[in-house]
Amino acid sequence: MTRRFDPVGIGLTTFTLLAATLWAFPLYWAVITTLKPEHETIRPGVHFLPEDWTLGGYIHIIQNTNLGTWYVNSIVTAVAVTVLVVVMSAACGFAISQLRFPGRRLLYLMILASFMVPMQALIVTHFILMNDLGLVNTWTGIILPQLIAPISVIVYKQFFDSVPKELREAAIVDGANWFQLLFRVFLPMNWGITTALAIITFIAAWNNFLWPFLVTTSERTMTITVGITQVKDAFGVYYARQLSGAVLAALPVAAAYLIFQRRVTQAIMLTAGIKG
Amino acid sequence: MKSRKSEARAAAVLIAPFVVAYLVLFIYPTVKMVELTFTDAPLIGEGAWVGVRNYVRMWSDRQFWNALWNTLYFVLLTVVPNTVIGLLIAMMVSRLKGWLQSVVLAAFFLPYILPVSVVTLIWQWVLDPQFGIAQYPLSFFVGERVPVFRTRAWIMPTVGFVTIWWTCGFNILLFLAGLRNISSEYYDAAALDGAGRWKQFRHITLPLIWPVAALVLTIQLILQLKIFDQLYLLTLGGATNTTMVLVQAIYRQAFVTNKGGYGATIALALFVLIVALSVLQYQFLRARDR
Repeated sequence: MTRRFDPVGIGLTTFTLLAATLWAFPLYWAVITTLKPEHETIRPGVHFLPEDWTLGGYIHIIQNTNLGTWYVNSIVTAVAVTVLVVVMSAACGFAISQLRFPGRRLLYLMILASFMVPMQALIVTHFILMNDLGLVNTWTGIILPQLIAPISVIVYKQFFDSVPKELREAAIVDGANWFQLLFRVFLPMNWGITTALAIITFIAAWNNFLWPFLVTTSERTMTITVGITQVKDAFGVYYARQLSGAVLAALPVAAAYLIFQRRVTQAIMLTAGIKG
Repeated sequence: MKSRKSEARAAAVLIAPFVVAYLVLFIYPTVKMVELTFTDAPLIGEGAWVGVRNYVRMWSDRQFWNALWNTLYFVLLTVVPNTVIGLLIAMMVSRLKGWLQSVVLAAFFLPYILPVSVVTLIWQWVLDPQFGIAQYPLSFFVGERVPVFRTRAWIMPTVGFVTIWWTCGFNILLFLAGLRNISSEYYDAAALDGAGRWKQFRHITLPLIWPVAALVLTIQLILQLKIFDQLYLLTLGGATNTTMVLVQAIYRQAFVTNKGGYGATIALALFVLIVALSVLQYQFLRARDR
């Protein structure tokens, strides 16, 4: 079709650009606020750029809070959750997809059913369990309840289902056992899926709030997403400092998204049940 | 060929980590939760068997009903608007091409990957009654500055608004994928027949996107019933009972007032509510689909 002058189209595009700018504006506003001195943030009027650029907010929050510790706690727990979830899901999804064993259908049905169960409803008994095991205020305590990820098992199962039968037969003829089949044939064929699931699991674990909030009662064991909410109580209203903490907390996930944009999109489609 | 027995043994090894985690961290806590509802146990420690007293108490507990209504109110404020806005933005984005589309999509999507506490800190600043930049347009329309997180009528709608801003990116992605699956031939044919934008939307886009919309609605319903984090953070720890929601009621009973048994009872109510509503909604949407 030939291009014609299309006023409605131009209007729609302009509107879309305006809407996107407005939508992202709070993000810009938060970041730019962190680069202002505290007294500039509360000056009346709208100032889109700082008059005196400063990293004072960041320096203050790094020096005066447990931010470093929170960061370490977040990295350790999010990485552990990611690795464990991916490995467990791949192994389980592979077994359900490729191996015959008693209880296979039952297991799959139970995983499917557990989909609907809200983790928020289990906070009471999770806490009791973690307390019984002596894991309150520990990394393990933060990690364990986050390991239930039935969706990753289902994603792996579906992908392993679509691997051609011939590949599997050939590997078995070559004398590969089941574990070699998984780690040498099936997983390498699906690195894309593994990467996508790993990124989204990491983002979810990093962002998780409710459970780390409940299971950590001391400032030193908090993750960063919980920790930054404690800052405001200590300082009153100092927005440059508070938002500096927020920017630092968001940095890894924002970077992960911007670098792996396509993988993140793919993972969201997969976990929502749309193959992409 | 390998024997059945060795196959089953390999399977046992492979499923063991997941199954153990599943039993210990999912089945056991679920069973334990049901058991707790029949006791007066504190959060930590043993309790006595009290039969159905927790359930009777819940039935006549005004705070529980208040939390239930607030949760449903929040669902009303977010589920359908978030789906509709997601579809509208997805249609706007899908018109664009190349790098422009990527940039615009990123602008709409970026909030979704942020931690909830970052989102609430941003909006507390933007909506700050004294210094917030959003108070300029707000006071223009309302006539005065509004401390939105301290004014009863404003709290839920504002938290709903922030929630939509935060989570809409997910819906946009799903709708975008759905829109891409609609063959352009339909639109070309319709254009040849002289169908305008609205007619194309009404007769091509809407029916073909409906299955995705049903999926998004179901996901949204389940998600928003579990509202807690952003509301708790934006209302400064849920200082008032007026905006109490179900998850907050569980938290309050079990972790603040140390009533593990009663907290578990409300948790079970939420559990049943979510499972029932999601099954119901899914059936309803499937029926409409046919």
